[in-house]
Amino acid sequence: MTHPDFLWRNPDPKPAYDVVIVGGGGHGLATAYYLARNHGITNVAVLERGWLAGGNMARNTTIIRSNYLWDESAAIYEHSLKLWEGLSAELDYDLQFSQRGVLNLAHSLGDVREGRRRVNANRLNGVDAEWLDADEVRKFCPIINVSGSARYPVMGATLQRRGGIAKHDHVAWALARKADAYGIDLIQGCEVTGFELSGGRVTGVRTSRGPIAAGKVALAAAGHTSVLAALAGVRLPLQSHPLQALVSELLEPVLDCVVMSNAVHVYVSQAHKGELVMGAGIDAYNSYGQRGGVHVIEAQMAAALELFPLFGRVRVLRTWAGIVDVSPDASPIIGPTPVENLYVNAGWGTGGFKATPGAGWVYAHTIAGERPHPLAEPFGLDRFTTGALIDEHGAAAVAH
Amino acid sequence: MLLIDCPHCGPRDENEYHYGGQAGIPYPLGETTDEEWAAFVFLRDNPKGWFRERWFHAHGCRTWFDVERHTVTHEVRKAR
Repeated sequence: MTHPDFLWRNPDPKPAYDVVIVGGGGHGLATAYYLARNHGITNVAVLERGWLAGGNMARNTTIIRSNYLWDESAAIYEHSLKLWEGLSAELDYDLQFSQRGVLNLAHSLGDVREGRRRVNANRLNGVDAEWLDADEVRKFCPIINVSGSARYPVMGATLQRRGGIAKHDHVAWALARKADAYGIDLIQGCEVTGFELSGGRVTGVRTSRGPIAAGKVALAAAGHTSVLAALAGVRLPLQSHPLQALVSELLEPVLDCVVMSNAVHVYVSQAHKGELVMGAGIDAYNSYGQRGGVHVIEAQMAAALELFPLFGRVRVLRTWAGIVDVSPDASPIIGPTPVENLYVNAGWGTGGFKATPGAGWVYAHTIAGERPHPLAEPFGLDRFTTGALIDEHGAAAVAH
Repeated sequence: MLLIDCPHCGPRDENEYHYGGQAGIPYPLGETTDEEWAAFVFLRDNPKGWFRERWFHAHGCRTWFDVERHTVTHEVRKAR
């Protein structure tokens, strides 16, 4: 057995590209891939300040689902889920995409009503969804404490059987390999430090490795989008927060589905390797520090132990934080900006991983066609002025 | 856990407080355009560096006050 070849080249930047994508995470790589695959645009560079997929792509909890309440959200996330279902074969790489089912627990009558409403809304939008009562939850996931005396009584749950998890690194590597094969330059260690602007239009980027001319510039920088946009004189309705997650030591198989509880800010699955992967809610304050407060982890663990008494003797191996860009309505912002030829894909907040292929698909379409993809159209910047918000805060956005 | 200096109670743990976001956002006076109103409601600074922000001592004296905090180092200092 020999060491595998490198999956992509490590090129120096060329003087000019048709499209420069800023950010080499999942969304940037997927956008590059679909620009080539769907639109034949291959004179493209992906500029990454650090290394490929070393930001939130390496820090998320890999949950994939599409059971959002509002029509616009269901459409774009379901588009993404359908892409996930064919992605391993298409990219010729085992993404370990496992449709093991996602439970969203209800702990109060309010949760029950919201859950049932969402199940009905999902079905009307062609998204698979089921309502389970407490006994059915126990049968589906026997290790959840559904007793009536539990601190957070389980009164039922929504179930999306097609939801699940995937191996985040494999997703990034597979997309990077294919993008590279199309001739796209993936340039690491290349920080964008400014933009060349001329008459309200962007014509290039200044980088730590010199200036690069660009026909179009597409931001895909998650938590750092505000910082980049400010360099182009654009203010975006985004706030950057730490979002923490953790893994336990490796365990034998103990949990074969994804369990989420919006009310107590816990979501947990067991990775293929065996560690429990858990996520918390965001830390309250703005931050770019990629770390959060221990008390947030403590509150999340306390809730997790109430739901899963079995985890009482499990040891936490590692905690970390990513910087997520949260929009006012907890929905993404995709489309043109006030600067001509400058595009933005941001505001995915705590839930961007699941959207990786879908976001890349509609963003590439938007960049190539110079008008928003129909699925992206409702997610334009103008919605904050028109008031046509897609308010997923109460519906699905507390925990992603 | 941040240690935040309440002007009334002194240094206290972060989880006694409620976060209030950017400080110094005045309510717009008079008629506003849709763009101005949207900016007032939705647009906030999001700097990587020093940030003037509001905190509410929810589990203490229940005073709102401003501090400056660095959004990378999390260092907190008195608002100037």
